[in-house]
Amino acid sequence: MNKLRASVLMRHEVGLHARPSVKLTKLAKAFESRIDLGLSPDGPWVDAKSIVKVMATKAPKDSTIYFRAEGSDAKAALEALVTLVDGDFQDGR
Amino acid sequence: MDDRTRRAAQRIEGRPAVPGIALGPLVRLAPAKHETSQSRTVAEEHRALVDALLAAKTALTVLAQHAGDDDAEAILSFQIALLEDDNLAEPAFALIAGGEAAHGAWSTALAAQIASFDDADDAYFRARASDLRDLRDRVLRHLAGEADQALPSGAIVAADDMPPSMFLATDWRDGGLVLRRGSPSSHVAILARSRGVPMIVGVDVDRLENGTDAVLDGDAGLLIVNPDSDTRAVYDQRRAEQSKARQAMTSFKGPVLTATGELVQVMINVTGLAELEGLDPSHVDGIGLMRTEFLFQGREKLPTEEEQYQIYKRMLEWAAGKPVTIRTLDAGGDKPIAGLTQQGDINPFLGVRGVRLSLRHLDVFRQQLRALARAATVGNLKVMIPMVTVAKELDQCRVLFEQALEALHREGRHAKMPPLGMMVEVPAAALTIEDFNADFFSIGSNDLIQYVAAASRDEPQLADLAQPSRAVFNLIRHVVEYADGAGREASLCGDLAGDPEQVAALLDQGLRIFSVAPGALGPVRAAIARYAGPVA
Repeated sequence: MNKLRASVLMRHEVGLHARPSVKLTKLAKAFESRIDLGLSPDGPWVDAKSIVKVMATKAPKDSTIYFRAEGSDAKAALEALVTLVDGDFQDGR
Repeated sequence: MDDRTRRAAQRIEGRPAVPGIALGPLVRLAPAKHETSQSRTVAEEHRALVDALLAAKTALTVLAQHAGDDDAEAILSFQIALLEDDNLAEPAFALIAGGEAAHGAWSTALAAQIASFDDADDAYFRARASDLRDLRDRVLRHLAGEADQALPSGAIVAADDMPPSMFLATDWRDGGLVLRRGSPSSHVAILARSRGVPMIVGVDVDRLENGTDAVLDGDAGLLIVNPDSDTRAVYDQRRAEQSKARQAMTSFKGPVLTATGELVQVMINVTGLAELEGLDPSHVDGIGLMRTEFLFQGREKLPTEEEQYQIYKRMLEWAAGKPVTIRTLDAGGDKPIAGLTQQGDINPFLGVRGVRLSLRHLDVFRQQLRALARAATVGNLKVMIPMVTVAKELDQCRVLFEQALEALHREGRHAKMPPLGMMVEVPAAALTIEDFNADFFSIGSNDLIQYVAAASRDEPQLADLAQPSRAVFNLIRHVVEYADGAGREASLCGDLAGDPEQVAALLDQGLRIFSVAPGALGPVRAAIARYAGPVA
């Protein structure tokens, strides 16, 4: 099976921080597919469902987040994750 | 299990430690396990960490539900998410598989992650290190069998023993405390008394069940589990009377005179700023004892000179010109401090504690003296040295104080020498009181009693011996008479001063300055007002 890819610019003012990371990993876990996250198109890749790994990337504001997904719902997963990051993690609340 | 037998009322006798009535659900704290768990198998260590992680997650979830604000909830959700991620504990489980104990494995695993955040360029990411530390400590507490520090308010808490830091972190409100260990004069009892938290000791807490309804009678030393409705009604009534009486006591103000018109000073003993909240300095004659060891306990690092100075300063500002007697660090004995007190002292009460410890850790002592010398410019500060046994110790403290003062003046800071006094709690010092170059004396009756009787205050079987005996009163009279003749002040700041039934006996010895727990102010003042002179 092919890996699907997507990328999105993260504008959240404090970067991929505690609250955004919680939201991102929770969303990723809602999908069955294996989902990786990286800060460059060639990786290194970390498990997007692991908050420990995601936080460890310490992605700052204005970094581009790359996703790759593999599985039955890979397309839906990527769409949802891109929407979340693009919508600034819905932090307006 | 038969429901009726389980619900039957049960009266459990203990010993009274702090008077008062509490009604509420029982909360049983898990007994502390020994940290030396090397004998446990790999599987057991693995299981211990799994359990601790689960318990920490449950506790965090409850906290998050009651967080009340978005920020707190977000922080807690983050910690919960970390715990739910197997990647967090994976290195710890690997270390356990390699033969390490759960405690050490978890600390090591988290240390790497904490270090990684500590090194981050971004301040937001650096700040996450503190979340991980918090999480690390929470799990360690569960591993050590200590329950979470956030106990529900209004509960009757039952435990083997309770560290002062945990007591201080709990909102006691209408709650009470039941302990297996400890005594009426143990440290947690001192804190409970100052906050009016009813407490009994010497109870077999293993038999108590979580969540059952209970009545705690701190006057009689009694715990009633599953009280019937008649018993409940009686205690509801008593509790109502108690809160009424407490209110009446706190409204009692102005100078205290004996029935014969003699003026007596009544001061308070405190451990920190929290106890001064809601207390009006005009109702008391000052702070007779501020125990600084609580500033040093339950924290990662010892407090800095500046931190100490700020606390002392605020205390002096609160007192608004009335005397504030601050005792230098009295660590050791029953008050160990991580990184400072000696471990494995053969007999801690007869070991390196109080001034003996301070004179062996001059770096820590000098910092405290500097903070005190600076605070002395703010208000009416007096400084008291604990556990002085021979005159030389006090002389050394005075020299160190003068050195600290000189250094501060060289640095261009405001500082001055406060009156320097001593605690009288070692019988040798009480017997030779005229040898000491002290500006004032304060009798520490808790230690004096146990040293005179050679009976530990924490040994339940010797409670009859560790009492204010004629021997103790003779020593008190000796000190007070000498101080009077020498034109110096002598006060008494132990629990003895806060016991209304002992007030007359102390006044008989000539004592005219009492320092008591804030909760005892009312009863002690009332007892002083009743005093009509020695019974012939």
